[in-house]
Amino acid sequence: MATLHSRASARLMLSPAVLLLLAWMIIPLCLTVYFSFLRYNLLMPGEEAFTGWSNYYFFITDPSFKDAIINTLTLLGGVLLITVAGGILFALLLDQPMWGQGIVRIMVIAPFFVMPTVSALVWKNMFMNPVNGVFAHIATGLGLQPYDFLSQIPWASIIWIVSWQWLPFATLILLTALQSLDQEQLEAAEMDGASWFNRFWFIMLPHLSRAITVVILIQTIFLLSVFAEILVTTNGGPGTATTNLTYLIYVQSLLQYDVGAGSAGGVIAIILANIVAIFLMRMIGKNLDA
Amino acid sequence: MGNITLNQVRKAFGTVEVIPPLDLSIQDGEFVVFVGPSGCGKSTLLRLIAGLEDVSAGTIRIDGQDATELPPAKRGLAMVFQSYALYPHMSVRKNITFPLRMAGIDKAEQERRVADAARVLNLTDYLDRRPGQLSGGQRQRVAIGRAIVREPSAFLFDEPLSNLDAALRVGMRLEISELHKRLKTTMIYVTHDQVEAMTMADKIVVLRAGNIEQVGSPLELYRSPRNRFVAGFIGSPKMNFIEGEAAAKHRAFAIGIRPEHISVSTDAGEWGGTVGVSEHLGSDTFLRVQCEGLGEEPVTVRVSGEMALGYGDRVFLTPDPAHIHQFNEQGLRSE
Ligand SMILES: Nc1ncnc2c1ncn2[C@@H]1O[C@H](COP(=O)(O)OP(=O)(O)OP(=O)(O)O)[C@@H](O)[C@H]1O
Ligand SMILES: [Mg+2]
Repeated sequence: MATLHSRASARLMLSPAVLLLLAWMIIPLCLTVYFSFLRYNLLMPGEEAFTGWSNYYFFITDPSFKDAIINTLTLLGGVLLITVAGGILFALLLDQPMWGQGIVRIMVIAPFFVMPTVSALVWKNMFMNPVNGVFAHIATGLGLQPYDFLSQIPWASIIWIVSWQWLPFATLILLTALQSLDQEQLEAAEMDGASWFNRFWFIMLPHLSRAITVVILIQTIFLLSVFAEILVTTNGGPGTATTNLTYLIYVQSLLQYDVGAGSAGGVIAIILANIVAIFLMRMIGKNLDA
Repeated sequence: MGNITLNQVRKAFGTVEVIPPLDLSIQDGEFVVFVGPSGCGKSTLLRLIAGLEDVSAGTIRIDGQDATELPPAKRGLAMVFQSYALYPHMSVRKNITFPLRMAGIDKAEQERRVADAARVLNLTDYLDRRPGQLSGGQRQRVAIGRAIVREPSAFLFDEPLSNLDAALRVGMRLEISELHKRLKTTMIYVTHDQVEAMTMADKIVVLRAGNIEQVGSPLELYRSPRNRFVAGFIGSPKMNFIEGEAAAKHRAFAIGIRPEHISVSTDAGEWGGTVGVSEHLGSDTFLRVQCEGLGEEPVTVRVSGEMALGYGDRVFLTPDPAHIHQFNEQGLRSE
């Protein structure tokens, strides 16, 4: 694949696929941008008109907007923190030789295969429900007042549910990274007088840094667009307590039939995602080099 | 400082006994080499001494103190691994400083010792590189540097040169020997290369299947190997073993004669044969001679310098009677 000729023909042969992908991406993007400048309400078909920046203006000045941004970012930060810390912990545990290792590993991975809608409903109805939930039963068993998680601390509950879904992913990636660590390095560190914590801090954690970066970047892509979990548990409420940007866009375009404002929200979401991406690449992107 | 004594040390992995109970004592300042074929338990023995494996039975004493239950860090030993085991994300300087940092030694002292080690090992120009940016020999030196800054009571080397090319190996061999002369610290060195063993050791420990076959200085092992295994393992090329009638003439079940103790003549000698493949090294030539009445195995002979003998030529060999080793049926050497 190194000669000039083979490189040129490789480019030629790749180009249809690249063009198709480009069109696939560009056309919806352009349409979204186009709609975001129209007054376009599904209740008033045929009255689309160019309105300039007013969609953006209304979307941003909507009082829910600030809440949605904050919620989106706290969800991102909270879930990343829980899954990375928890993932490292689980990976360290699962790396220990123990009885029934194979089964335990599969069980730890299992939540990842449960659809978001299903897992959110399971948490809502079987665990967090203040009457029938397992937690409520435990609380009453201990003589305490059952706690209504989804109405008292709705956003924390959703962060918890989403973390539960993503923990296996982080664990899996970090476990494989941990297993690729050269045992002799750990033995050398042991000979050098490093305690377990020092070995973790100076040898394992740097070795894991690339895997942690991958976990953070991949999860970020999906966490910015969490939707199903909110829809089936709280519907964005109470108030705007559990409305994130994705959910706000859904409310605008599908509940209020305002395609223009929804599109403006979509464009803002794209911008937000890029800001987050730039931040992340600045902070941890160097881990992916070399 | 640096006495190591193993008393009835035994190691089993599950039901497989890798090291049957053995005794060994290593004096302070000695350069001890463990040699033996692959899988004979050299690394395991070294790791037992290091504390990276637990003994199944027996005691290990270091400097007179019972170290059997001590964790590796508390034994005051430093180890150089075959894979070097450098920390890839740390610079050379950080790698070498690591053990000092773990020991909580103050910054100024750390820097002084690292600078010393770097000077001794010619690493001063590379201190800010990562291990990935070094050649094999340089990495090896970093690994040694990381070991010497701790000023351990003994060094453990597990085949440190086996990843290097031949020329570099000779150079590093000399460097390690020089380091030993300078530091006068006990060194235990594992190898399966008997040239390394012969050139570096004060004392060689020959292992076979976890058993110590013989302990002695290189020349002792060369001159008076205790049995056929040691005789065949020490010396290059290998000693020739001859059984049957020719051996009976020397009142033994088998005799052993080294290639350098056989003289070659084109007209008369004890054994007649034809020259097979010969290896010319310039300084020496090794002939493989197929002799009549000495079995299937050709006899290897060393002739110094160049020799006008080629494939198929007829030659006569005469062993030097002073250097014939006699072995009995059990393979033990008799004087
Ligand atoms: N962790 C282990 N579990 C089970 N068996 C082991 C283990 N480590 C080593 N062994 C066995 O112990 C024997 C000795 O191994 P060891 O690594 O000490 O050999 P060695 O002499 O260092 O060989 P080499 O020259 O190839 O490095 C081998 O037969 C090996 O299979
Ligand atoms: Mg070994």
